[in-house]
Amino acid sequence: MTQPLIQMKNIEKHFGSVIALAGVSVDIHAGECHCLLGDNGAGKSTFIKTLSGVHKPTKGEILFEGRDMHFADPRDAIAAGIATVHQHLAMIPLMSVSRNFFMGNEPVRKIGPFAFFDHDLANRVTMQEMEKMGIVLRGPDQAVGTLSGGERQTVAIARAVHFGARVLILDEPTSALGVRQTANVLATIDKVRKQGVAVVFITHNVRHAMAVGDRFTVLNRGRTYGTAKRGEITPEELQDMMAGGQELATLESSLGSTV
Amino acid sequence: MSDTPQIVMDERVKQISPMRRAMIRPELGGIVGTIAVFVFFGLFAFDSGMFNSQGIMNWSVVSAQFMIIAVGACLLMIAGEFDLSVGSMIGFAGMMIAIFGVTLGWPMWVAILVTFALCIAIGALNGFIVVRTGLPSFIVTLAFLFILRGFTIFLPQVIERKTIIGGIREAAEGDWLAALFGGTIGKGFFTWMGEAGIIATFERGTRAGEPVVNGIPMLIVWALGLVVVGHVLLTRTRFGNWIFAAGGDTEAARNSGVPVNRVKITMFMFTAFCATVFAACQVMEFGSAGADRGLLKEFEAIIAVVIGGALLTGGYGSVIGAALGALIFGVVQQGLFFAGVESSLFRVFLGMILLFAVILNTYIRRIITGER
Repeated sequence: MTQPLIQMKNIEKHFGSVIALAGVSVDIHAGECHCLLGDNGAGKSTFIKTLSGVHKPTKGEILFEGRDMHFADPRDAIAAGIATVHQHLAMIPLMSVSRNFFMGNEPVRKIGPFAFFDHDLANRVTMQEMEKMGIVLRGPDQAVGTLSGGERQTVAIARAVHFGARVLILDEPTSALGVRQTANVLATIDKVRKQGVAVVFITHNVRHAMAVGDRFTVLNRGRTYGTAKRGEITPEELQDMMAGGQELATLESSLGSTV
Repeated sequence: MSDTPQIVMDERVKQISPMRRAMIRPELGGIVGTIAVFVFFGLFAFDSGMFNSQGIMNWSVVSAQFMIIAVGACLLMIAGEFDLSVGSMIGFAGMMIAIFGVTLGWPMWVAILVTFALCIAIGALNGFIVVRTGLPSFIVTLAFLFILRGFTIFLPQVIERKTIIGGIREAAEGDWLAALFGGTIGKGFFTWMGEAGIIATFERGTRAGEPVVNGIPMLIVWALGLVVVGHVLLTRTRFGNWIFAAGGDTEAARNSGVPVNRVKITMFMFTAFCATVFAACQVMEFGSAGADRGLLKEFEAIIAVVIGGALLTGGYGSVIGAALGALIFGVVQQGLFFAGVESSLFRVFLGMILLFAVILNTYIRRIITGER
């Protein structure tokens, strides 16, 4: 058993009188896709914000490669290799793919005392990376606005990995996508995982989770029901846990198990 | 190489012809407009003296004035903000140079440097309030439009009991920094052109034999310099990428580690810098500072920028386009005078160009982003 890349132990997060997380423990391993499932309001957002350095946990500890980890702000987390890909807030539609890809990490070439944006390098790297991910671009200067939602997610993922992400947090990357685009994003997750990156895949869609997940953790009302490995759990069990069991079972019988 | 993914063109992505591709650029409106304007006046005002040395200098100076403030407004608009206090800042900066340099009798270079520092600080304050409060820059800078204009009228009245302070040219005599704003360059070249008969010379009087236009005003040098610096900054540096990102989507830019607040505040400071350059050139040329200088300049700058292809919502635009917009502006304003057209029609013309430019820009943006 290899050591987990990140261990989160009994994380609690309170916002005033509201307890958003009431003791959550999760281990995240390199080269694995860890699916974090939960219904709306289960604490998924608070959990990833804690992991990515936006929130400080009220209680509990986070170990990164066995060492205690304290992030003052999200930039620290990014520097440590924890990258978050947000559902909508990742790409700028009016800018070219190449400019988006290197946004915040622009390569520069020095000419005398002046540093210039190295467009040649940026364009070349962008085309290579897009080709690896199977996205056909008209050119590196094509605007991101012309890409589909799935392609934008893929560009965002490729960008995070290219800039050294070791833990990739994907916040509902498939929730707004069509079937074909979802398949593309899931394939991208698989590629990234094989490169040794730890993927934290947040979703409320059990089928998407089952398609790529190695481990599954269900969050419900700020608590976890433990973590199951692939093959130890069925989609139905996951679905039940997400909804809190009982109610959905009754609902399901009345709807003819289509939920 | 069997494991490289096969590049298959999506059958639903239409090939774009090179012609159409070359046309999809923010400067298109500016280029088309510039050609149209020159053809128009070439046909209707060619013999009016608009295209002899004096005429060219006439509209070049006016265009250069627009250009200086348009560069600042352009970069700020691409970064997603407006500055409506540009016009008031011009009046304020000119008045401060006059008060420091004439009324207080400071050396002119000290007066100019202190004014620059003061105005850039006010620009920074504008930016700071905008990024801290999250209020629209439209409102914040509208407040400064009134605050600065008020001070520009109030201060000279209290100090000198008048609204125009003169004597700047005398006070600036021989000053090294003032020459950077009020002087001309290329005197030898223009004298040579006059002697060679290429440009007109005075035929009588004390200056007989000297060329009518005896050099390029520093105003034009500043305008061209700012356009080049602005264009290189925007398209060829990482800071330029941050300007696009800050205006394109603030949250996405922040998530990628772009220091959005710093970028926006810097652009407010740069806009203030451009307004102060304008003011310094103006007071050196006129020899006086007036409380009503720079009125409506903020809108003229914004119009030039929009004609040049920038989006009012930020994230897209071009400094070259803004410069062309300023050129169109200057040529039309002076050209109507040369063509003998009633000058009030200038506003009608301006409104029509603006409308045409905005419609064209919207169309171009749709092609670029694939919106429908």
